[in-house]
Amino acid sequence: MRSVIHFASAALALAALAFTAVPFAVAADKPDPVADAKAFRNFFAQKFPKVKLEDFVNGPYSMNEDMHRQWEEKEQFPPYEFSLDMGKEMFSKPFKNGKSYADCFPNKGIGIRQNYPYFDDKEGKVVTLELALNRCREANGEPAFSYVKDEMAALTAYMAFTSRGKPFDIKIPDDPRALEAYQNGKRYFYTRRGQFNFSCATCHVQTPGERIRAEVLAPALGILNAMPIYRSEWSGMGTISRRFTTCNSQIRGVPLNPQDDEYRDLEYYLSYVSNGLPISGPGARP
Amino acid sequence: MASTIRVRATSSGETTEVQALIQHPMDSGFVKDAKGEVIPPHFIQELTFEHDGKRVFVADWGAAVSKDPYVKFSFKGGKKGDDLKISWVDNKGATDTATAKIQ
Repeated sequence: MRSVIHFASAALALAALAFTAVPFAVAADKPDPVADAKAFRNFFAQKFPKVKLEDFVNGPYSMNEDMHRQWEEKEQFPPYEFSLDMGKEMFSKPFKNGKSYADCFPNKGIGIRQNYPYFDDKEGKVVTLELALNRCREANGEPAFSYVKDEMAALTAYMAFTSRGKPFDIKIPDDPRALEAYQNGKRYFYTRRGQFNFSCATCHVQTPGERIRAEVLAPALGILNAMPIYRSEWSGMGTISRRFTTCNSQIRGVPLNPQDDEYRDLEYYLSYVSNGLPISGPGARP
Repeated sequence: MASTIRVRATSSGETTEVQALIQHPMDSGFVKDAKGEVIPPHFIQELTFEHDGKRVFVADWGAAVSKDPYVKFSFKGGKKGDDLKISWVDNKGATDTATAKIQ
């Protein structure tokens, strides 16, 4: 019975293909971020009908009632507070040349987290907030920070905090290179790697809400909105770069270097499909 | 340098609930750094909460307490507007003090 249905639908598909062969093939090849983002969001909405869309930014805490209660208590006294204070202080302190971070960013760096990463048409590549911060430092004669924690996490924590509640607003300009960056990020997200042969999607699309040992996996939708995060497991703060590299090593793959093109593209893709969801960083995670 | 102590104390009339977060590495002395050298022990030994000249909570801590420790407790008494004094001393003799108003 089932095989008959399969056969019938295959025949139907073939017929459709035969009639519309040329335009169909072209449409399938061209990436369609708008349709991707819609499908991505619908997938999670259907998988978790009880979770409100804006709650996905709370990661595992949106997936599990017990954890949600713990989180509410934790948020009254969040562990990222020290880092946030440090970031605020660093942000307002001028560099040796008298300029400051505010001079490098639109709107003096306040409330702009939701616009990063963006596609830079001069460079032809994706520019993330972490990258922009280090470029700002180097342009002002200061040494770059490590991308994974401490100072970088503090700065991005402060910038995210000033943008809380603003929906992600990632734009893909009408530029084939931007579309390619998006497509590369998407490919990276769905490609299996490492000794465990996991893709990003294995954990964060296929099995969010389920446990991997004692941890509850976070949904990919809105996963970057809460960055940077204080992870109790790390006993400290971590940036998006830290999350990507440790994810890669946890599946026993060899991580790339922070802010390599692939990671920038991945961040572009993941942020784009979470467009419309509010920034909630800095976050706290178990 | 900003204070290493964050406190929130709320009075419900009869009791006061206190939450505190303290920034401290709390190194146990059993962990090695990236070069393989032991990170020397560095932890808070005594944490004290004082209200109205009386110690309402004293903790004798050791190396087993986690980094950036968090404490929550409640005590009888304490009115809105009262001072609550918090201080800690670590094994290297370093110390920090903060005073919070009960809300």
